[in-house]
Amino acid sequence: MTENTQTQPRLVAMLMALALAMFAFAVWGLPPLYTLMCDVLNINTRTSAEAYQAEAVVVDPNRRVTVKFIAINNEGMRWEFQPNDTTLSVTPGVISETAFYAKNPTSEIMIGQAIPSVLPPSAASYFHKTECFCFNQQRLAAGKSVNMPLRFIVDSKLPAEIQTITLTYSLFDTTKSPGVIITDAPDSITQ
Amino acid sequence: MAHGPAKGLSRWLYSTNHKDIGTLYLWFSFVMFIVGGSFAMIIRAELFQPGLQLVQPDFFNQMTTMHGLVMIFGAIMPAFVGLANWMLPLMIGAPDMALPRMNNWSFWLLPFSFVILGSTLFMEGGAPNFGWTAYAPLSTTYGPPSTTFFIFAVHVMGASSIMGAINIVVTVLNMRAPGMTMMKMPLFAWTWLITAFLLIAVMPVLAGVVTMMLMDIHFGTSFFHAAGGGDPVLFQHAFWFFGHPEVYIIILPAFGVVSQIIPTFARKPLFGYSSMVYATAAIAFLSFVVWAHHMYTVGMPVAGEMYFMLATMLIAVPTGVKVFNWVATMFRGSITLETPMLFCIAFIVLFTTGGFSGVMLSLAPSDFQYHDSYFVVAHFHYVMVAGAVFSMSAAVYYWLPKWSGRMYSEVMGKTHFWVSFIGFNLTFFPQHFVGLAGMPRRIPDYNMIFADWNMVSSIGAFIYGLSQLLFLFNVIHTLVAGKNIDDPKVWEGAQGLEWTVPTPAPYHTFTRPPQVS
Repeated sequence: MTENTQTQPRLVAMLMALALAMFAFAVWGLPPLYTLMCDVLNINTRTSAEAYQAEAVVVDPNRRVTVKFIAINNEGMRWEFQPNDTTLSVTPGVISETAFYAKNPTSEIMIGQAIPSVLPPSAASYFHKTECFCFNQQRLAAGKSVNMPLRFIVDSKLPAEIQTITLTYSLFDTTKSPGVIITDAPDSITQ
Repeated sequence: MAHGPAKGLSRWLYSTNHKDIGTLYLWFSFVMFIVGGSFAMIIRAELFQPGLQLVQPDFFNQMTTMHGLVMIFGAIMPAFVGLANWMLPLMIGAPDMALPRMNNWSFWLLPFSFVILGSTLFMEGGAPNFGWTAYAPLSTTYGPPSTTFFIFAVHVMGASSIMGAINIVVTVLNMRAPGMTMMKMPLFAWTWLITAFLLIAVMPVLAGVVTMMLMDIHFGTSFFHAAGGGDPVLFQHAFWFFGHPEVYIIILPAFGVVSQIIPTFARKPLFGYSSMVYATAAIAFLSFVVWAHHMYTVGMPVAGEMYFMLATMLIAVPTGVKVFNWVATMFRGSITLETPMLFCIAFIVLFTTGGFSGVMLSLAPSDFQYHDSYFVVAHFHYVMVAGAVFSMSAAVYYWLPKWSGRMYSEVMGKTHFWVSFIGFNLTFFPQHFVGLAGMPRRIPDYNMIFADWNMVSSIGAFIYGLSQLLFLFNVIHTLVAGKNIDDPKVWEGAQGLEWTVPTPAPYHTFTRPPQVS
């Protein structure tokens, strides 16, 4: 019999270690790797979670880009949530300002968090926010409403073929899980 | 001979004998095949006509989900593990599997796993209804409460598969008879060795994916939950990183079976043995780097689509090598068409058909039309049913005389073949047409324009379903009343160590290793 009793336990141990390593790779390796790949390949529709520091740029006053705003309530979110402007025509390189309206019609204090998404994805890295309500969670008392400001710059290096950028905010109910930090931004809760 | 089998139930409960455990696996997989087949019958009965006749959409979705899970994890995979248990020690001249106690455990986990999965059908909220792929957030945020049971069932069946695979690797690497070098092994041993490595590499990934689901559902994590910074698309990447090797886990042992049977009935040695080994290894390697062709429509950059498209089309090369070698083995052979050979020839024809539709699907631009249509359903049933199930039927007819010492009825075997061949094609060929015309998969109702071909498809499915009862009858009839044979070779053209032991194969074989020249 060629059964090799010397190497058999080692072979079994190695195969089991391979199985465990693949499990660990799936749970601890894949999610960060996925995020990293999305960032490196620039295929994320997410915008930066930190305020953009404006820099002096040459502005082409003749160029206009249309920015559309969409507000969506995620499943189960009961706030009224809408953009004050649905469309703005902006000049790349110039700071623009708009606001979103939110109202908590319920009888409880609720906390919401807006998650931005930019389409087309190739525009995401050219859409800079100097101030955004999405950097923080929003706490609204019962029946209260708020106008949440958004200041942004469309980068003057935006590729010429992109004429329209759509910015969508999905509003999530985070009342039950306020500890969940959604962006990398400080999770200070605004009133 | 040390001793025979134990008496009564304990023979099966405590068995460490590779033949007994192989038999358990084979019967278990046949039971699951019938259960999963009944789910398919419900699906086809509902789709017999447009409109809702028999079941509600939610139950229909439970049926498609359970059909996929039961057929893949309950029927096909255990069937080939059972075949490996029975045949690998006989083929490589080993007295048993390397780890017999683990072998027992890995089988007995399966019935428990599928009882857990099957019990979800009777739970409040019903069984999992999100498709076997369990895409998040359909399975996490919107899944029924029974999703947790689904997760644990997958954990248990995954543990079973991993242990079975470790056992096979150790057996093949450590227990070959003296003189049997790696490149002298039967191809079935080679394909199973490579399959076992695939299993050890990707079943833990599936376990990881469902664990992340479990965390998202119950422990407040956000792996796949956008509100918490996760991403549902990650689920698809992680799932198909398991899922694509999984389809080769299903088909590679089938390649091995066909490579054993065709030389026997063509009475020629296998053409291009070493290229078969390398092609198998190449397919296994490529299976790890093509997963995203299942998700072209998810919104990848063009460069990504190009890469996955080209890598996927590359798989056609080693697969083509295999098909070429099988045909070349038959070329100018003295072919006789016994039932196993009929199933193998049908395997080549139908699997290649499925391969062609696979190449069509691999084209990212056209996949946008085929995606999630019945064309996909037709494609993967051509490679899975005609691939795995036909080759499994061939294997049973081929080795049953060796296992039982009784010969099946050739007339009944051929009847089973022709009924299932016609039924299969009647079921799945029209699905190419309705798929290309735009019928989406996983729906209980459809546009009137698809009605005729769906009716044909359903009639075919009932024929195919009934033909499997004929299969069951043939096996039982052989075991009870088949003609006794005691020729060790059974088939005139058979080659290999398994044909040197007496027929029927005694309880213990190769207690002294044979010498391979």
